[in-house]
Amino acid sequence: MPDRRSVRLTCTLNGRRLSLDAHPMARLLDVLRQQAGLTGTKEGCGEGECGACSVLLNGRLANSCLTPFAHADRATIVTIEGIASGDDLHAVQEAFLECGGAQCGICTPGIVLAAVDLLERTPHPTEHDVRAALAGNLCRCTGYMRIFDSVLEACRRLSASRA
Amino acid sequence: MSTSLDGFDLVTPASLEEALGLLASDPAARPFAGGTDLMVQLEAGRLRAGRYVNLWDLAELRGITESPESVAVGALTTYTDIRNADVLAREYPLLVRAAEETGGTATQNRGTIGGNIANASPAADTPPALLVYDAELELRSTAGTRRVPYTAFHTAYKQMILAPGEIISRIRLPRRTGWLDYYRKVGPRRAQAISKVCFAGSIAMSGDTVADVRIALGSVAPFVVRAVQAESVLRGKSINDEAIAAAERALRSEVAPIDDLRSTAEYRLRVASNLLREFLSHSQ
Ligand code: FES
Ligand code: FES
Repeated sequence: MPDRRSVRLTCTLNGRRLSLDAHPMARLLDVLRQQAGLTGTKEGCGEGECGACSVLLNGRLANSCLTPFAHADRATIVTIEGIASGDDLHAVQEAFLECGGAQCGICTPGIVLAAVDLLERTPHPTEHDVRAALAGNLCRCTGYMRIFDSVLEACRRLSASRA
Repeated sequence: MSTSLDGFDLVTPASLEEALGLLASDPAARPFAGGTDLMVQLEAGRLRAGRYVNLWDLAELRGITESPESVAVGALTTYTDIRNADVLAREYPLLVRAAEETGGTATQNRGTIGGNIANASPAADTPPALLVYDAELELRSTAGTRRVPYTAFHTAYKQMILAPGEIISRIRLPRRTGWLDYYRKVGPRRAQAISKVCFAGSIAMSGDTVADVRIALGSVAPFVVRAVQAESVLRGKSINDEAIAAAERALRSEVAPIDDLRSTAEYRLRVASNLLREFLSHSQ
């Protein structure tokens, strides 16, 4: 019978290489918040329904509540703490501030990551694309319209900065 | 807060060989892929303790390969991979539709087709499409490889013919032409919802008679079912009100929906019938 055990794994977290120790089946969410001290990643439902725990795992959006620590081995992970560069907010973050895309803020880290992921893959999304990309993220405060506005505003800012 | 992990282990083999060896040496060990189902069960305290074998990094179980007879989809192919595969969009559009309708982006990036089959949920979205396409599963263990038709795979609620130590390695879809496909999932909300009824159909017409037809449904029986009686009622007929009514009667006799928190048996039966009618009217 296997007993309580932890493994040491190395990953690149927000651009820094580091080693972490945890049970291989521990939720990446808990390892990030407790071991790595990165509490920007939130827990909403703990069952893959709300997206509050979203991170980028090897460049793809993932729910960290459903990701076992074992899958962080040699992975590149970006959490909400890795989205701004220093004091310079990402265009998505600025747009959320400007358009009132956040209220209580619990869903915001996950939604910002889902939006960043969308804009990296689809630089000129339609409103339908935005809605589809955020279908895995629940918000109990905003009613979503300002979130969709924020993402489209971020897209305008990014296009303007590229031009 | 995360549940206790006492008694759980997740080991990461370096190769498929090693993974199959681990599964053979511990009959209670279970495979672990993207985690989108098992981690939910773990958190809910419903996952059996013991050893899990992490298949996620095994390249042998990934990828989509084409031969003149079939297209083989590795068991670890994610919903996102399915959505991005041109050959599937061209020849097996129902599978792509099902992948699009399963969860949000984050789930689609991590959930695998093999996991969706092995989790054996009667409400899973991809299995009806696989039934319609006459999918064949390739199963592997240290004893070797065998192939079984997917129609024979599920035997009762959450029961399947996987032997201890055996995993699903590949899903083989025979190539086909001349079929018209139909898919519709009915749920409480378009995205990220578990279906109340999921319907997949495919029909090949010869003039105005039905040369062949496949009908499969999710969420209307203890496991995903192919409606073989409705199919045989339709074969050789032309599609008119009489044929549609006969097919509906056959369908109602071979599904066994239940009342649960997502819907009622009566509603599901009605929706299943209506979807069959819509499918057949589209094919006229
Ligand atoms: S906390 Fe992970 S999806 Fe809700
Ligand atoms: S701002 Fe409160 S849940 Fe979205």
